[in-house]
Amino acid sequence: MPSSCFLPAFICDPFAYVGGGLHGALGSNLAEPLPTLILSVAAVAMLTTIIAVVVMSQVWTERRVVAMMQGRIGPNRVGPSGILQPVADAVKLLMKEDIVPFGADRAIFLIAPLIVLVPSLAVWSLVPWGPGLGVADIDVGILLVLGLGAFTTLGILMAGWASSNKYALLGGMRVAAQLISYEIPLVLSAMVPVLWAGTMSLQGIVEAQRGIWNIAILPVGPVAFLLFLTAGIAEVNRSPFDLAEAESEIIAGFHTEYSGMRFALFFLAEYANSFAVGAIASVLFLGGWLGPILPPYVWMFVKAYGVFLILIWVRSTLPRLRYDQLMQFAWKVALPISLATLVITAALVSLTQGSVA
Amino acid sequence: MVGSFGPIVIAIAIATAFGLLPLFLSGLIIPKMPDRVKNAPYECGVETIGPTSIQFHTRYYLYALLFVIFDVEAVFLFPWAVAYRHLGLFALTEVVIFIGLLLVGYVYAWRKGALQWV
Repeated sequence: MPSSCFLPAFICDPFAYVGGGLHGALGSNLAEPLPTLILSVAAVAMLTTIIAVVVMSQVWTERRVVAMMQGRIGPNRVGPSGILQPVADAVKLLMKEDIVPFGADRAIFLIAPLIVLVPSLAVWSLVPWGPGLGVADIDVGILLVLGLGAFTTLGILMAGWASSNKYALLGGMRVAAQLISYEIPLVLSAMVPVLWAGTMSLQGIVEAQRGIWNIAILPVGPVAFLLFLTAGIAEVNRSPFDLAEAESEIIAGFHTEYSGMRFALFFLAEYANSFAVGAIASVLFLGGWLGPILPPYVWMFVKAYGVFLILIWVRSTLPRLRYDQLMQFAWKVALPISLATLVITAALVSLTQGSVA
Repeated sequence: MVGSFGPIVIAIAIATAFGLLPLFLSGLIIPKMPDRVKNAPYECGVETIGPTSIQFHTRYYLYALLFVIFDVEAVFLFPWAVAYRHLGLFALTEVVIFIGLLLVGYVYAWRKGALQWV
C-alpha cells in the first residue's frame, strides 16, 4: 500500500483489494498453482479489455482534438459529443466483407494483422501500474518491451508483401527501413534510464526516480526524452513519420488491400502502440506511477494519456516529412546524439554517484 | 506456467484470442461475394501491370547492414548499463573505446555515402 495515498484502501489499490479477496476465496477450494493461474488469466483478460476501451477513447479524443486544432467540429452525431462514434465505426467494420485480393499470398495476408496486434496487446502485461501492481515484473522488462515492439516491423512487412499490390509493397518496404532505422535511437535513449537506475526492470526504473524524475536530470534527461518520443512516434508510424501510409503518395500503404475486421485489427494495434509509447515514456522518464495524493494507477494513466495528447498535438502541427529527410534524420542526427547522450550519462553516473564496488 | 515469464505467455495467448474472436464473429455475419473487379489489386483504378513481387532496392540492404551493426552494439550495451555501477571507471573507459571503434565505421559509412538516401 502506497503511503502517499490518503483515500480508502478500495480506491487506492482496488486491484490488490479484489485480487487478494479472490485469491483467498479460490485458495480455500483449489490447490496452489491453480488460483494464481486463474487470477493471471483474469488479470490479463481485464487489462486487454481496458486497453480496447482506452483505444476507443483515444480514437474519439484524437478526432475531436485534431478537429479543434484545425477549426472544425469533428464527430458529434453519435451519442453526446460524438462519444459513441468509435463504437459505431467498430460495428460497421465488423459487418464489412473481408476481401482478399487476387494474387495475394493468402496465408500471410490473413495472419499479418494478428502478428501486428498480438505484441501490441501483450506489451501491456509488462507495464507497471503501481508498486507491485502489474501483470508481470521481470528483470529484463525494458528489453522485452522493445523486443515485442519490433514485431510490428515483421507484421507490416508481411502485410505489404502479401497484398499483391505495388503501393502496399512500397509501404511495407518503407516501414521496414524506417522502423529499423529508428529502432537504434529508441533503444539507445531507453538505455539512459537503465544506466541511471542500474536495472532493466520497469518497476526498478520507476523506483529509482523517487528523488528526481529522469527527464529532470540535466543535461541528458530532456534530450533522451525527446529522442525517445521522436523515435517512438516513428516506431508507431504516426504523423509526421507516417510515410508507410502516406495517403497522398501510396494510397494507404501496407493496409491498402485490407478491409473489415482485419483493417480494424491494424487500427487497434496502432492506437494500442501509441498508448504504449506514452506509457513506456512515462515509466522511463516521467516517474511512472509516482505522484502525490492520487492513487498510483491514476497517475500512470494520466501521464500515459498526456504523452498521447502530445502525439496528437505533433500530428496536427507538423507536415509529413519526405522519405530521404526521414532517413537522414535517423542516421545523421538521432544516432550520434543518442550515442553522445549515453556516454555523457555514463560519465555523470560515475561523477555523481560513484561506483559501488 | 508459474514463474515470472508465465503471465507474458498468458498475455500472448489472450491477445491472440482477442484478435481471433472478432474475426470469427464477423466471419459469421459478413457478406461473401467475391467479384473479379472487386478483388483486383486497388491501384487507383488503373489495371495492374507486371508482377508485384519486385526486388528490394539495394539501398534498403545498406540500411539493414548498418542496423545489424548498431543493434548488436545495443545488445552489448544493455548488460553494460545494468552492471555499470559495479564496474566503475573501467566500464566508462571500455565503452568509450567500444563506441569509438564503432564511430570509425560509422564515419567511414557516412563518407562512403551509405547514409545518403539516393
